Amino acid sequence: MRAYTPKDDVQKKPYYTDRYWVAPQVAKSDVSEDAVFAHDLEAIKAKFEVLDAYIQVKQMVVVINAADNFGVIELMKNELEYNQLSELSAIDWLATEGKFEIFYQMLSMSKRKRIRVKCKIDEKESIQSLSSLFRSADWSEREMYDMFGVVVNNHPFMKRILMPDDWEGFPLRKIYPLQGDEFAQWYEVDKIFGKEAREIIGPENRDPARVDRYDTERFSRLGHEVPRGTDISQGEPDTPLCYQENEGVFLIQKFDAEKSVVISDRDR
Amino acid sequence: MAQHQVNYLKDGGLPVALTTIDKVVNWGRSNSLWALTYGLACCGIEMMASGASRYDFDRFGTIFRASPRQAELMVVAGTLTKKHAEFIRRLYDQMTEPKWVISMGSCANTGGMFNTYATVQGVDRVIPVDLYLPGCAPRPETLQYAVLLLQQKIRRESASRAQKPKRLM
Ligand code: SF4
Repeated sequence: MRAYTPKDDVQKKPYYTDRYWVAPQVAKSDVSEDAVFAHDLEAIKAKFEVLDAYIQVKQMVVVINAADNFGVIELMKNELEYNQLSELSAIDWLATEGKFEIFYQMLSMSKRKRIRVKCKIDEKESIQSLSSLFRSADWSEREMYDMFGVVVNNHPFMKRILMPDDWEGFPLRKIYPLQGDEFAQWYEVDKIFGKEAREIIGPENRDPARVDRYDTERFSRLGHEVPRGTDISQGEPDTPLCYQENEGVFLIQKFDAEKSVVISDRDR
Repeated sequence: MAQHQVNYLKDGGLPVALTTIDKVVNWGRSNSLWALTYGLACCGIEMMASGASRYDFDRFGTIFRASPRQAELMVVAGTLTKKHAEFIRRLYDQMTEPKWVISMGSCANTGGMFNTYATVQGVDRVIPVDLYLPGCAPRPETLQYAVLLLQQKIRRESASRAQKPKRLM
């Protein structure tokens, strides 16, 4: 595999900033407002360190240390009846804090409550796998690794899940350009034809509005077809459309409206 | 000596039709285009509809085959991702000459709305294309029109030319 070269940090230099824009915040309220959540939080606090806890949109958010993630989720599953891990992923805060935020969204069917467990890790740090607790964590953690490059310890099959195995870079990181870095833009050419073919095939056309009416290498105008590669900047001859019934193809005739019968009696 | 002078060049003289080998071969080729089932995304649904009974591709001699070795037409129907690019090339290489490719829909033509890192910006970066079919998704009638245009293209080609494989580069 080729060496990974860091890309320019596009997140740090946005092309436009509105000085007066303030990011809207969802209102937070205290955990003591909800008896069920307050009890759950006490149970977690008894065994683990809780950095922050609040209620947001009727869901409790608990911020913990990254090293405790397995213990907290195990406690919630076995003792607090949170029996479903509905979602798990990472958020890229590398530009502002140099950290990834990992979140686990838990659902309790019996209590009808949701809790979001959050923790933060450094870019090169790895995190404990939950796949022995919840099967749903298996693919989610692979996706997290594929998209963000967060390595998960004790995972049974730590491999990319969506991108090809030989892909370089992690597409959901903020510094990853939307239209791909150099490796991504030449991926299929390099892989199928080899690097030598780059010059022949040429770069990708990323402009969807580009029309080259004189390009006879790749396009021909309907009704004005010319041999491939002809120079048509001085105009091109008409080649009228010709259908196979006009060409006298065996067994095929032109439809004659005179000879056709219109069925007016629908019940026939 | 024959009692009647037979004018072979006029039809009705005898049940004889005069033509060239090229025309006969091309007539056969163009009217039995067997297509590879190659639905990659939503356009694949329209391709399936074209093959089913309402639009009925069979009447043009186009029958979908599930093996590239039995197919001579590849209808690339849908979004080609970079991960899949090597496989489309492999399947194309497995088809026997002569072979044709219809690129169906914006995604296959240019990458379409997927102007991202994961989509090949046009299948013509990977395989040579004979006919580009615009639309998102093109209706089954449009695909049928494309196949009819391709038939015309085949009939205009010389069948007896030394089989020059098409090359992208
Ligand atoms: S061209 Fe449109 S309909 Fe066809 S695969 Fe692309 S998005 Fe889907």
